[in-house]
Amino acid sequence: MTPPAPGRSRRLSDRWLAVTFISPAMLLLLAMSVFPLLWALYLSFTDYSATRGGRANFIGFGNYTAILTSAQVHTRALTTLIYVVGAVGLQTVLGFGIAYLISRRTHGRGVLTTLFLVPMMLSPVVVGLFWRFMLDAQFGVVNSMLGSVGLGQVEWLTRQRTALLSLVVVDTWQWTPFIMLIALAGLSAVPKYLYEAASIDRASEWFRFRTITLPLVWPLLLIAVMFRAIEAFRLFDLVYILTNGGPGVSTETLSFHIYKVAFLGFNTGTASAYGILMVLVVIILTQFYLRYLNKLKEG
Amino acid sequence: MAVSVDEAVSTGPARDHTPPVRRLGGRGRSVLEVTLLTVLAVVMLFPVLWMIETSIKENRDVYAIPAKFFDFKITLDHYKDVFVNPDGGRSALSVSFLNSVVVAGASTVLATVLGVPAAWAYSRFAVKAKKDQLFFILSTRFMPPVVVVIPIFLMYRQVGLIDNKLGLILIYTAFNVPFTIWMMKGFVDEVPAEYEDAAMLDGYTRLQAFRRYTLPLLVPGIAATAVFALIFSWNEFVFATFLTSSDDVRTAPPAIAGLIGGTTTDWGLVAAASVVFALPVLVFAYLVRKHLIAGVTLGAVRR
Repeated sequence: MTPPAPGRSRRLSDRWLAVTFISPAMLLLLAMSVFPLLWALYLSFTDYSATRGGRANFIGFGNYTAILTSAQVHTRALTTLIYVVGAVGLQTVLGFGIAYLISRRTHGRGVLTTLFLVPMMLSPVVVGLFWRFMLDAQFGVVNSMLGSVGLGQVEWLTRQRTALLSLVVVDTWQWTPFIMLIALAGLSAVPKYLYEAASIDRASEWFRFRTITLPLVWPLLLIAVMFRAIEAFRLFDLVYILTNGGPGVSTETLSFHIYKVAFLGFNTGTASAYGILMVLVVIILTQFYLRYLNKLKEG
Repeated sequence: MAVSVDEAVSTGPARDHTPPVRRLGGRGRSVLEVTLLTVLAVVMLFPVLWMIETSIKENRDVYAIPAKFFDFKITLDHYKDVFVNPDGGRSALSVSFLNSVVVAGASTVLATVLGVPAAWAYSRFAVKAKKDQLFFILSTRFMPPVVVVIPIFLMYRQVGLIDNKLGLILIYTAFNVPFTIWMMKGFVDEVPAEYEDAAMLDGYTRLQAFRRYTLPLLVPGIAATAVFALIFSWNEFVFATFLTSSDDVRTAPPAIAGLIGGTTTDWGLVAAASVVFALPVLVFAYLVRKHLIAGVTLGAVRR
């Protein structure tokens, strides 16, 4: 047991402690996240190919102009946008709806919530594989059920339009619980006396929902939506397993396209530039998200 | 699944038409809501139940048209195939499960060892540009894996970490550290700094005060955080599939995904492997259900 240290040296040792405690984690992040990105940034200005090997020739902004003017990339950007807006939009409506219904229950809320949360915890591999089986045109259970109620068979994963829809549906199935969980937290934080006051004033249910529930839950809900949008924007694994980008290129998101350019086309330089552009978008989205989160915490 | 889309549309109007429903009395409305919830729960859970059902069906029932919901013979052959080769010996799948345990376990331990002290330091000390540092840390977690994997692949090729468990452990640690720091900072913030101050007045150093007074209080938080890190590493697919190739190193996600893609796919086996793979996750997630919101938002949102 050491004697109490005098003030000055204590503050010094505090700083020393902070540095020794933080720097190992920081160094790992610098080595495994920042350094690779800097390397990618360097490669993005070259014509390097991982398989061809040889020297990397500096080609300036060639890769960037090629990507930004490529019609292929524009198509993937549109696909990604449709997917993000469709999936996140559906999740928000459904997730909030379920949360609202659960929050009105007095019994069995815990059990219900737990059951609804199962899809979210599954690995994208399991989700992708299993839906691929369920959506199979010949022996899939979804078509089987459609058939038994007299509806026609749908080629879920092998037609251009329906393939993207399937992707949206599967993502919605997996991530609706996420929105639900956070919306539920927001809903149960709304003070009861507000509702009581409103019911004394004989406010209609819709009025109460619009003026009390929604404004109080909205900030938290927005956090969930932004989080999901970032995640959906970087989506890769579900596409890879569910549709492999097909049929044609109808379900190729930006992430999936980068993978093709990098690992099937072996244009490492181009893929790096592509990746850097995507990272820029993610950084901007993340900054929005974090600033907003910070504002919410302080407010 | 088409059903659920219809449900989504109908929740809105149901709420709008409240006045007539209310005239029916709170009871009618309550029944309506419970029915709606039940339908939604069935739709959400059906794929999981179908997966379990498929995993215990005989092959000809798996591919039956129309699908067999109840009248099938139960078999555990698929589960046997997950662990044992047809010609005896351990199956490639069971090896991959073992690899997953090693990789997820080691990366979780590393992330905890690195992340918990850092979280404590960020919580207790005046660090320069603390907010920016914390933002930066969480930002690294949002990088698209497909982009990060390109330079990581080249890096690992240089140093011989391709198709190596250590390589996977390192990258998983790197993506779990930001989460651990954010999640744990929340837990440390909840422990009053005064405990440490009081201990220091008694003559302990800051480090001793942390170890004797704060750390024991953090154990439940550390456990919850570690469980989430474990789940994230266990479920990870992108790095695993691009950085490993041989059966000895491959983790379960790419191994299970590798079951399809041949000329024929044994969906019973896929289902059984998926159940075996997902079961521990669900059990663990249930154990940390109190911290689920913080966990799935990477420690950013707390109640």
